[in-house]
Amino acid sequence: MRILVAVKHVPDIQSERSLGPDGRMVRDGGDGTLNELDENAVEAALTLVEEAEDGEVVVLTVGPDDAVDAVRRALQMGADEAVHVVDDAIAGSDAVSTARVLAAAVRRLSEEQPVDLVLTGMAALDGLTSLVPTVLADLLELPALTLATEVMVDETAGTVTVRRELDHAVELLRAPLPAVVSVTDSANEPRYPGFKGIMAARKKAVTTWTLADLGLEPDQVGAAGARTAVVAAAERPAREDRVLVTDGGDAGVRLAAYLVENKLV
Amino acid sequence: MTSPVLVLLDHAADGALRPSAAELVTLARPLAGDGGVLGAWVGDGPGPDALAVLAAHGVAAVHAVRPDADPALSAVTAEAVTAVLGATGAGLVLIPSTFEGKEVAAHLAASTGAGVVTDADGVQLQDGVPVASKTVLAGTWTTRCSVVGAPAVVTVKANAVPAEPVAAPREPVVVEHELTVSPAARRVELVERTERAASDRPDLSGAQVVVVGGRGTEGDFGPIEELADLLGAAVGATRVATDEGWIAKEAQIGQTGVTVTPRLYIGAGVSGAVHHRGGMQAAGTIVAVNSDPDAPIFEIADFGVVGDLFTVLPQATAELRRLLG
Repeated sequence: MRILVAVKHVPDIQSERSLGPDGRMVRDGGDGTLNELDENAVEAALTLVEEAEDGEVVVLTVGPDDAVDAVRRALQMGADEAVHVVDDAIAGSDAVSTARVLAAAVRRLSEEQPVDLVLTGMAALDGLTSLVPTVLADLLELPALTLATEVMVDETAGTVTVRRELDHAVELLRAPLPAVVSVTDSANEPRYPGFKGIMAARKKAVTTWTLADLGLEPDQVGAAGARTAVVAAAERPAREDRVLVTDGGDAGVRLAAYLVENKLV
Repeated sequence: MTSPVLVLLDHAADGALRPSAAELVTLARPLAGDGGVLGAWVGDGPGPDALAVLAAHGVAAVHAVRPDADPALSAVTAEAVTAVLGATGAGLVLIPSTFEGKEVAAHLAASTGAGVVTDADGVQLQDGVPVASKTVLAGTWTTRCSVVGAPAVVTVKANAVPAEPVAAPREPVVVEHELTVSPAARRVELVERTERAASDRPDLSGAQVVVVGGRGTEGDFGPIEELADLLGAAVGATRVATDEGWIAKEAQIGQTGVTVTPRLYIGAGVSGAVHHRGGMQAAGTIVAVNSDPDAPIFEIADFGVVGDLFTVLPQATAELRRLLG
């Protein structure tokens, strides 16, 4: 079983994140990290290969030079190979143009050796659109199974079945392999790379591709290929008139009065 | 813009409209051109109750699409919306920002080349181009995004606008469509679907008032539920509370759980970890009760109480009961 995992390098959500004058995420703060929700996808891939006792996990990322840190982390967790697509023209991509680059990379990897499954996290903790997995599947003409809390592969039948929990229903979805599956943070508990994993990762190569390697033109990606553009971005002003009281026995009464006076109830 | 605006009408399996429908129609009215606001209804057609709500909110026509595959699959719904787009020439599509809604938007992006903005809290036209506003980075920044090219697809958060009826309701025209779904959309098979039992409380994602319990409840949601029931509010929880099994998983608010945008958020025993803030920071008014004065939630609270939730909440509930009579 050969599983590709698409991961993203994002600013650490515990850090002070900001947007630049162009409305794009500031990505050079030096506190970037593997998108936490993608760790669940890497974990799911490693578990599936371990259970099958056969196969390999290839991680794939698209992003500037620093983004290589995201795939390095996945290699430390136990992934076998990594691919980093880096090209200046990619800057400013929206979800669709990002998916276009990923799709081209997945196609190239599939030509080298067939791919059974493409896994992703449920969303990236920067843009948080959760569009990429489905767009990627459609561009690759593969079925999309999203928001999996459980991923079950039946290699004999050539199918993948996922369980997912939505606001109003719980569903079991099944599709033939190969397929694109996104997993939620309830799917598993990502492993922490140990010393052995960190040492082993040093010996693993990261392949770097540019747009030319993928047969993509610069105007298909980045800001040029994007269908959306940020026209204004501003830090939200601090809340005014904030009240902080320490309970001296009547805080509940004061809270009730605040809600009634401000017509909140 | 002279083209109509299309709203994907979210409804339960039994045909009951979800609150997002009237909200999105209200938002669409000033954006729609000559063709007015059109509704896309996927599944067995709308019943009289749903049509009455749509008439009251000014929908010109409802395009009821009956696909020959399960409309619970987002790829099927996306093909239905695409068919309505083709039949009507609508240039802008509004979809509720649920997980399913965003998935439909993603399919539309891939199949029609649509530009998509998700989780918007408003939409305006600027020189005929839709511009959506949204908060990002856990509610700390606001942005405005233009959608280049047609169709423009915007998924809209619950409570972005209050639903407002029109002065002169008129029964919408119902246009029926039969849809043969493509083989591509049939590759995903719905093996099983279990609807969650409806609760007496409002839906968390669409509720106007939300009362939330965190680690500080130590598993006792009694005071939370009592206040919520008095206020007709939904009950939410933090990741810790759901992980501990104190409350069902679907109550989890946060970046990876439900995003709430209520008029009033009341958090009790909630520390305000960044994951949680990402799912609630866009609330209109934030009230926090926590015994730890250093809890980060106080940084974003409009009204904060440093105190024990087990005394503060019941006292507030009793006082509100008295004041509200």
